[in-house]
Amino acid sequence: MLRTSLWFVFIAVGALFVANISITTLEPWGELQKLGLGLLTPDFLSLPGFWQALINTVSFALIGISLAIVFGWLLSLFFSLTPVRLFCGFIRAIHELFWAFIFMPIIGLNSLCGILAIAIPYAGVFAKVYAEIRQESDQRPAEALAPNTSRVSGFFYTTLPIIYGELKNYTSYRFECALRSSAILGFIGLPTIGYHLETAFREGMYSEAAALLYSFYLLIISIRFWAKPRLLVFACIGAVLLTSWDVSLSSANIIRFFTYDILPWPMRAEGYYTGTQAVTLPFAAIGAWLLEVMKTEALPGIWQTMVLTQIALVCTAVLTLMVFPFASRRFHSAGVTGTTQMLLVILRTTPEYILAYIFLILWGPSMLPAILAMSLHNGGILSSITAGNVNLLQLPFDSSTSRINRYLYEVLPRCYGQFLAFLFYRWEVIMRESAILGILGITTLGYYIDSAISSDHLDTALLLIVVTAMLNMVIDSLSQFLRRSLRISAHLKVELPTS
Amino acid sequence: MAYGDTVVLRGISLTIKAGEKVALIGRSGAGKTTLLRRLYQLNPRDCAFIHQHQALVPQLSVFHNIYMGRLDHHSVWTNVLNLIRPSAKHRAEIEPIAAHLGLADKLFTRVGELSGGQQQRVGIGRALYRGGQVVMADEPVSSLDVVQREEIMQLIVEAGSTVISSLHSVSLSQRFFDRVIGLKDSQILFDLPADSVSNAQLAELYC
Repeated sequence: MLRTSLWFVFIAVGALFVANISITTLEPWGELQKLGLGLLTPDFLSLPGFWQALINTVSFALIGISLAIVFGWLLSLFFSLTPVRLFCGFIRAIHELFWAFIFMPIIGLNSLCGILAIAIPYAGVFAKVYAEIRQESDQRPAEALAPNTSRVSGFFYTTLPIIYGELKNYTSYRFECALRSSAILGFIGLPTIGYHLETAFREGMYSEAAALLYSFYLLIISIRFWAKPRLLVFACIGAVLLTSWDVSLSSANIIRFFTYDILPWPMRAEGYYTGTQAVTLPFAAIGAWLLEVMKTEALPGIWQTMVLTQIALVCTAVLTLMVFPFASRRFHSAGVTGTTQMLLVILRTTPEYILAYIFLILWGPSMLPAILAMSLHNGGILSSITAGNVNLLQLPFDSSTSRINRYLYEVLPRCYGQFLAFLFYRWEVIMRESAILGILGITTLGYYIDSAISSDHLDTALLLIVVTAMLNMVIDSLSQFLRRSLRISAHLKVELPTS
Repeated sequence: MAYGDTVVLRGISLTIKAGEKVALIGRSGAGKTTLLRRLYQLNPRDCAFIHQHQALVPQLSVFHNIYMGRLDHHSVWTNVLNLIRPSAKHRAEIEPIAAHLGLADKLFTRVGELSGGQQQRVGIGRALYRGGQVVMADEPVSSLDVVQREEIMQLIVEAGSTVISSLHSVSLSQRFFDRVIGLKDSQILFDLPADSVSNAQLAELYC
């Protein structure tokens, strides 16, 4: 475990040397002052279209998640089949924003685009997690049923009651994530709260931006009061009614997208120049095109994405290990842990994309804002999880009274394995986010995808999205491999002496 | 003394002289652990406590678990360095203790990989390294088999000049200790030299 950790640190330090980390704005601290002032003087009054944006944010998340639950559940039933597993891994490996990029040229920037962009990757996530929850649930009550019991009735009487709580917890956690995703989708033009946030930040209207941000926090905090299973049906109906369904689907457009737009350019070139839109199959030219995209965009993009990922991962780890004692009752009084927990909730609630966007405005495009944003967001999440786990530890009553001794000898060795397991779970998340932050101008994969989309090179964009998804799946299996070979797990295990 | 609404100890007054070996017996819930902890807290600096097992850190080596007995005697800086790279000085202190306990070849094995008996030896090693006047132990052999019980018990009564231990087994208490205190319903039922505890008293203690 220690050796693996040191390797990660070593790689991250190496990555720091090749990373572009600089502050390029002329007055970074002046801008920070203005931002601080804005945060202190939120302006809730001059927000045109605010309510519709808020409604859209909730609707997209609600409808998207509902679809994801249904399809994720269906997929989870067949999760033992390798093709299904790979398919789920693939749709989950593509970030919501990239899904929106894919749907944009087909159906336009509208509510359907936003809903699908959330529903598809979340269905992939649910398929995996639901399958795992079912697998790991206690099978004995089901086995004790009479042999002729139908599988469906057996499921409703034994399995479902056992796993219901876990399903509910996980799904509601994901609903919070979906609200964040929904907000973020506004940054690329969908009519959610992110759209207004982007405008406010870009134009330096920090008081308006602060008001939007605070409303978003309120929305997330209020989830627990209104997102109850019983109310959700009504909420869904409300969401469907309140969403603008002004979506014009043209089947010609869709067919054209799949059969023409996304084909490699050499296949379309001849028909394009002669005006017939005919498709040819020049293998050599396609190979050359593929090689060119790989060499000039995919590989540099992968390199930068991984450099950013590794630095952000280790910074997240360091931040977590430094911060979690302040959130744990094993180390500090209720006053300190309460304050820390509140800060952590804010960090967790603010999507890293928004954090990165803010830091980018302050310091200009380099990896610095991205590293800081991802470390803060993920460090916030990991710190509260780790503090929670540490609170469950049973320390002997005569354990060291010095905090540092207790931290180093009693707590860290006991919680490190579990901490590392959670960190490896975040690895794939951080990688996906590193790619996405390219949209903000850091030259990771997202940068090349964004440029390809804006210059209408859908073939290149799709190829790069697939490359990103593959990279993500590689990281995911690497993380799984490491967790297995280090025999660490995020599940809390009570260690009993072997006698 | 009480936890919440539950009175765990009632009107207990006790004098233990230096050099005494005292066993606490009684049914579970009689207040043995509470009494031990209370005694420990009277003077934690001079006491070493041997737990059942949960005080060991399974992820750390035997060496580090023993070293933990004196964390408060070393500077934080020394502790940090010793965690990364055990110093020759501390190895020289701890190696004889490990050898005495039959753990010489396990010095840098993770405690989680040891057997229950070996783990209990590590716990004794920690108390020995701490080196206080008084060694206390809470049911130190209850999870061990019969042969190991004898060996471990012997090591514990030799670990300090004054030894106070709670025990499940009446016979162990009579063979290894000078004085036996019987606790029942949060009170002292009897407090006698080990060889003068009668069967009638034991029957009353456990009924």
